[in-house]
Amino acid sequence: MSFTTFPLGGIHPPERKELASAVSIEVMPQPQRVVIPLSQHIGAPCKVSVEVGQEVKAGEVIGTPEGFVSAPVHASITGKVTAFTSVLMPIGRMVPAVVIERAANHPVEAWQPAEDDKDYLKRSPDELKGRIKAAGIVGMGGATFPTHVKISPPKEKPIDSVIINGAECEPYLTADHRVMLEYPESVIEGLKILMTILGVTKGYVGIESNKPDAITKMLEAAKGSNIEVRTLQIKYPQGAEKMLIKSILNREVPAGGLPMDVGVVVQNVGTANAVYEACRYGKPLIERVVSVTGGGIKSPKNLKVKVGTPVSQLIETCGGLKPTAGKIISGGPMMGFAFYDLNTPVIKGTSGIVVLEQKDATGSDKFNNCIRCGRCVDACPMGLMPLMLSLFSEKGHYADAKDYHLFDCFECGSCTYVCPAKRPIVQQIKLAKTQVKP
Amino acid sequence: MLRHRLNLKDGKIIRKIMEAGKENKLIVSVSPHIKSSESVDKIMWTVTATLLPTFVMGVYYFGPKAVIVTLLCIIGSLLSEYFVQKLAGKDISLKDGSAVLTGLLLGMNMPSTLPFYIPLLSSFVAVAITKQLFGGLGYNIFNPALMGRAFALITWPRAMTTWAEPIANFTGMDAKTTATPLGILKEQGLDKLLEVFGSKMHLYSELLLGHRAGSLGETSVIAILIGAAFLLLRGYITLRIPAAFLAAVAAGAWVFGGKQGIFTGDPLVHVLSGGLMLGAFYMATDYVTCPTTKKGQMLFGAGCGLLTILIRLKAGYPEGVMFSILIMNCFTPLIDRGFRTEVFGAKKKA
Repeated sequence: MSFTTFPLGGIHPPERKELASAVSIEVMPQPQRVVIPLSQHIGAPCKVSVEVGQEVKAGEVIGTPEGFVSAPVHASITGKVTAFTSVLMPIGRMVPAVVIERAANHPVEAWQPAEDDKDYLKRSPDELKGRIKAAGIVGMGGATFPTHVKISPPKEKPIDSVIINGAECEPYLTADHRVMLEYPESVIEGLKILMTILGVTKGYVGIESNKPDAITKMLEAAKGSNIEVRTLQIKYPQGAEKMLIKSILNREVPAGGLPMDVGVVVQNVGTANAVYEACRYGKPLIERVVSVTGGGIKSPKNLKVKVGTPVSQLIETCGGLKPTAGKIISGGPMMGFAFYDLNTPVIKGTSGIVVLEQKDATGSDKFNNCIRCGRCVDACPMGLMPLMLSLFSEKGHYADAKDYHLFDCFECGSCTYVCPAKRPIVQQIKLAKTQVKP
Repeated sequence: MLRHRLNLKDGKIIRKIMEAGKENKLIVSVSPHIKSSESVDKIMWTVTATLLPTFVMGVYYFGPKAVIVTLLCIIGSLLSEYFVQKLAGKDISLKDGSAVLTGLLLGMNMPSTLPFYIPLLSSFVAVAITKQLFGGLGYNIFNPALMGRAFALITWPRAMTTWAEPIANFTGMDAKTTATPLGILKEQGLDKLLEVFGSKMHLYSELLLGHRAGSLGETSVIAILIGAAFLLLRGYITLRIPAAFLAAVAAGAWVFGGKQGIFTGDPLVHVLSGGLMLGAFYMATDYVTCPTTKKGQMLFGAGCGLLTILIRLKAGYPEGVMFSILIMNCFTPLIDRGFRTEVFGAKKKA
């Protein structure tokens, strides 16, 4: 069978999904203490709306959004606000955070739905959008762009299709796979809600062919609807929005443009699930499924975790590290960020904790001169010439890099993966981007 | 790209977890966190290994002298690389295989009858001047092995065009000298060539097998193709440059190569003889000195082919592969600039 995919570039790193893909989602016990960052999204950070010493219930707003591109933050456990602090996020930025602790003698209280609106599909788009905004939903694939903003395109950009991104093309990660397998109806209902809001009649779910069980489940759940479940060829970075749209609809998002320029909105599987829970039960985004996997962890699992739980506790729940562990990553190994500190909390965009073994992980190895072999050119899904960007950045010729479409690079890392000279191309590109204006 | 010591001050949990971690050290560096197992060393040594059949055939036809010339080239390359890097205070990179490969390729491009100093001095020009003085691996403009050979050809024209008759003998006796097929073609024409080789079919088969005078590694087309096939299958090279190169030579030979006017030439003789196969598959495809984009590579290959046939038919030398590749090397930066890739989502021309 031949499945569709995007035409330019792409790579096939070892998938390593087998480590956790067959492990059912396990609800992790509520932690005693959570640290909830006030900025878990792209856009303006939240303003704290609680005080130290205040009792809060799970699901209560603790940070209110400032500005349109922002999303509220909620308490993920019931307890007392004990401190305001700041935490080091994997991207290397200090972010203000709220610490909530549950007294040792206090019973664990889970979030309870206040309502069950079975007729959610009959609500007005604005009503549904309001629920999504109130729930603080952001893109859960890792980009953390506020969802209510993404589904509010300007009038001059008519949308005709919504795509749910189930490609999960990053190696190791299995969270989206498990969500599709275990909550297929929620994901499909979430998509229907998004279609209702955008007034769209056609919905798609794109899944790579390495998840046949999820495809079967999603096909069943989508039966009798206007939703097409599409099997895609395995190729990284299929889950990048522009690649996914090309794979499914054969539309090319213009360079420098957004999916809405070609009439498409893309949302992650986890996001669709959260949208459903928010619109039906009013559930805020206070927990998510995280794959804790990799060759360096004792028993890989898919955990349903409260936002704000320290990463160290996830690792402990999965049996701890093996002696061979060499690198711990937030997200996938291609685009994720290495942790400096295992106290870092899980946030809305944490799709996985990947523990690589020393032998698999890249480090501060020396790199060689570019031998101009052109492998990066062949691997680039955006049709760029990464070798030139790398060389220009190395020599400080940032303006020349811009001339070679620096800002069309979305840092998927394919070039760096294939580079035989082990050049840190993505890093050089990131540096160049900070040195010139787009 | 820093290697941090993990912060252990908070809580027993982390300490307990980290006790399992090797030396309590985790790597922190920028994405991507995994890389393919491909490396420069692996590429260079693999290409070197695929030249083995060619080298073996060279030794088979030209005897122990072929081994000596090749070894001198490799030793000269390694010494040149070592001394320049030492003088420049750079890391010594002998183990990356690129100097060995350059030496071996240079050897494959030389006749077996040379005095010892020619291979040594040529490899100095190849590695020290053409490669290291331009900035080392990756920064050279010209193909180092071909530059070394060009230097030798111009400096010692007689020695570099004295070809031993290919006889499979291992006595070390001096073989008779003779002319290359292209030399005969140039001086005396196709009829004489056919007379020497008997029939056309015999000429083709001898060219394929390599039973003819020429440089050590250029005569056996079959041996070269075995190595090249491996490189193609592994994806180390593509057909873009070799195919365009061979096609251009064949077309040029067919159109302009005949005595009875245009379209009467024999393309196969031109394609199978001289250093074309070695040049097309091993020299023109040198990563550093060829363009990086698909269109650019095809243009580069075609340019090499057209220059080759121009030199073979109209210029003073019987063979033009070396000069054509070196000339096209000059155009590589220009081609790369002019034939950039098309960015995803770029506005299509109407």
